[in-house]
Amino acid sequence: MGVYTIMLPDVGEGIAEAELVEWNVAVGDTVREDDVLGTVMTDKAAVEVPSTVTGRVVWLAGQPGDTLAIGSKFIQLDIDGEGDDEPAGDDAPAAEAKAEEEAVLEAASAAPAEPEPQPAGRGSPSPEPQPVPRRAERAPAPVPRPLAAPAIRKRAREAGVDLRQVAGTGPAGRIGHDDLDAFIAGGGRQGAGKVRRLATGTTTRKVVGMRRRIAEKMALSKSRIPHITIVEEIDVTALEALRAQLNAQHAPERGKLTVLPFIATALVRGIEAHPGMNARFDDEAGEIEEHAAVHIGIATQTEAGLAVPVISHAEARTLWDLAAEIDRLATTTRDGKATRDELTGSTITITSLGPLGAIATTPIINHPEVAIVGVNKMAMRPIWDGAAFQPRMMMNLSCSFDHRVIDGWDAANFVRTLKTHLETPALLFMEAGQ
Amino acid sequence: MSAGTCGLLVLGAGPGGYVCAIRAGQIGIDTVIVEETAPGGTCLNVGCIPSKALIHAANEFHKITHASDQSALGIKVADPTIDLGKTVDWKDAIVRRLNGGVEGLFRKAGVRLVRGRGEILDGKTVRVVTEDDEETIQTEALVLATGSAPAALPTLPFGGKVISSTEALSLAEPPSALAVVGGGYIGLELGTAYAKLGSRVTVIEAEERILPQYDAAITRPVEQSLERLGATVLTRTKALEPTKKGLRVDHAADGPREIEADRILVTTGRTPRIREAGIDGLALTITQDGFIAIDDRCATSMRGVYAIGDITGDPMLAHKAMAQGELVAEVVAGHRARWDRTCIPAVCFTDPEIVTCGLLPDEAAEQGFDVAVGQFPLAASGRAMTMEAASGFVRALAERGTGRILGLQAVGRDISELSTAFAVAIEMGAVVDDISGVIHAHPTLGEGLQEACFAIGGKAIHV
Repeated sequence: MGVYTIMLPDVGEGIAEAELVEWNVAVGDTVREDDVLGTVMTDKAAVEVPSTVTGRVVWLAGQPGDTLAIGSKFIQLDIDGEGDDEPAGDDAPAAEAKAEEEAVLEAASAAPAEPEPQPAGRGSPSPEPQPVPRRAERAPAPVPRPLAAPAIRKRAREAGVDLRQVAGTGPAGRIGHDDLDAFIAGGGRQGAGKVRRLATGTTTRKVVGMRRRIAEKMALSKSRIPHITIVEEIDVTALEALRAQLNAQHAPERGKLTVLPFIATALVRGIEAHPGMNARFDDEAGEIEEHAAVHIGIATQTEAGLAVPVISHAEARTLWDLAAEIDRLATTTRDGKATRDELTGSTITITSLGPLGAIATTPIINHPEVAIVGVNKMAMRPIWDGAAFQPRMMMNLSCSFDHRVIDGWDAANFVRTLKTHLETPALLFMEAGQ
Repeated sequence: MSAGTCGLLVLGAGPGGYVCAIRAGQIGIDTVIVEETAPGGTCLNVGCIPSKALIHAANEFHKITHASDQSALGIKVADPTIDLGKTVDWKDAIVRRLNGGVEGLFRKAGVRLVRGRGEILDGKTVRVVTEDDEETIQTEALVLATGSAPAALPTLPFGGKVISSTEALSLAEPPSALAVVGGGYIGLELGTAYAKLGSRVTVIEAEERILPQYDAAITRPVEQSLERLGATVLTRTKALEPTKKGLRVDHAADGPREIEADRILVTTGRTPRIREAGIDGLALTITQDGFIAIDDRCATSMRGVYAIGDITGDPMLAHKAMAQGELVAEVVAGHRARWDRTCIPAVCFTDPEIVTCGLLPDEAAEQGFDVAVGQFPLAASGRAMTMEAASGFVRALAERGTGRILGLQAVGRDISELSTAFAVAIEMGAVVDDISGVIHAHPTLGEGLQEACFAIGGKAIHV
């Protein structure tokens, strides 16, 4: 038997540390080679760390939410044969102490069942102070009346409170003066016949992993970048007609086109005319790097939160190519399978909520980029053509720009270019200079 | 002929009626109470109080008799006798003192007692025929508290040697042979007392066992005690008719036979007095069981007319009536009072005594509870041993999981005093840990309650 240590592997280029999101194993568990030990989060991606050996877990590097250095001790296992390490020493006292504490607790619970001084408790034979479980929702079905002492019932009657609607926090759901006080203080008084239970209690969740990354990123963008947002309406009647025609002709073999690949193409055309929009602003170095390649980030909702997979080299992709790539990235990202490369390197970003897209939004720029294009929902609206109202398919674009490096004039011109291309879709397929 | 008005008129000054009147008077309602006989009702005049007096006398006499021939305590007494006439006088003195006490309480609370027979003219008018006058009283609220009377059997009408509990409390001497028809608590309390006073007692019960509302474990010590006292218990037996020698009875299997009896005490139940005093003229809603239907404010189907006590249904117990009486006074005063009681304790003053509160095991099971039972035998109680009263037990029923106390029962000498602890526990919504965590004084019978709760957790100390 020996102790084998697995170090936190390098999960992405140039990353010095990663946040521990969760452990898939606990001390004492037996793991096999390739079993997932835990998950760490880098800037963008959640990475699962597999075991390289078979053995029993004896030590873990920390708690979810902790930041671990790449290359530091991640987990230690007891393995058959010689180990490669001493058990984790002084470098991890906290975790060690915790492991010991657990061992002690385990020993205590395994102790022979001595007659305890504790009276005959059904629910809590342990001498540990235990959180009182809330049993408000637990209704002892056969008894219609709530459990409460006569004085409580009298107070409730006089206050016009139906005790059936008061959550009891006492043993067996018994309602105490505190419960009644809380109910009344919460404005629990109700009219006759109304059955509405007050919701009480607070759920505290630790902001870890992806959510923490999102929070940090949003705070950084919004606090560092002075945004200017321009909302423009686009008549997409022609675009929609074209899209319908293309889908009718090619959908079976090439896949269905959504409006997004058209917008991505419009963006490529717009950037050809306004290359300053396709840039990253390193405000600390005071440098703007303008990119030749158009790597478009597509804001995507996943279960864990907002992620931004990147369509690389949109300038070199056809409409169907873009459509396929958008589709593929959305799926991999939602499945949590997107690689770090697929989640980094964007030079400009599109954000679209689809049918939820609202009339206007104020998109937050994907730092350190300088522009973001928000797509609002499409709707048939009456448009005055000079003689009469015409039903036109309309869609707004809400675009935000880093006002430190992009003036309103330039921003408006860029948006106008997008508008022109989307309203006259033939232009989409004419490269600059043609 | 006179006329009057009041805010609240109570018809009947039993435990329900007098408590209602006194509380109403205290609150400040102009209250009249109408009673034909002495205030206090069945309970005080011909029920709880006089029966307890007779039982006490019988116990004292039996103790002394017991000492005269076989006391383990080394006490020797020569040939004790009892003059039952004197006992009855002593009992009557207690009753009179209490009658006077109730009248005093009426005066203190400003309640007017009208002695006479009340007759309801309509829901707001009562005519009282007094000894030499007649008074018509208009009232805003009317409380019916007319109570109940011993139920007679068609084949055994009261009269002659067939007596009810009322007469049994005022006999000049103990019968030499007493047949008790009906093995309920009234018959057994009086039967036990007369067995102790020297009567040869035969209890005739139609059901499988005496006190059929309880489970066999509870009634067993009472059966054993009756046996020791020389009483005969005939179960599955019906009383037929009186004979010259005594009473003809019919056993379900063995057929008819004659038993000797110079008195036949019929205690087969009590009939609510819902046809008296013109109550039937109000055409109130009556329940299937023949009681006046009331809601959770004791209000009847007629606005402004309330009913309390035995006429409202089982259990026919004084303390239930008292709680209802208090409730009605508050309802009439405009308080938001409602009947929301969880339990009504019941005591059976047999030897040993039985006290129950909340659900019995089969009731708890019927209501779908997953029940945990803990029991403490009084044979393990030091206090019970020193009282020569080690038969019986204390039993606790709790809901498994929550530990909520559902029912408490006990059987044992002087165990009725535990009724308070039982009722407080259940009404307060106690769980097993609450009672386990309360220090119970040693040495007392009450420790049995804590031990029974310990037993639910499998942690009994003294067993």
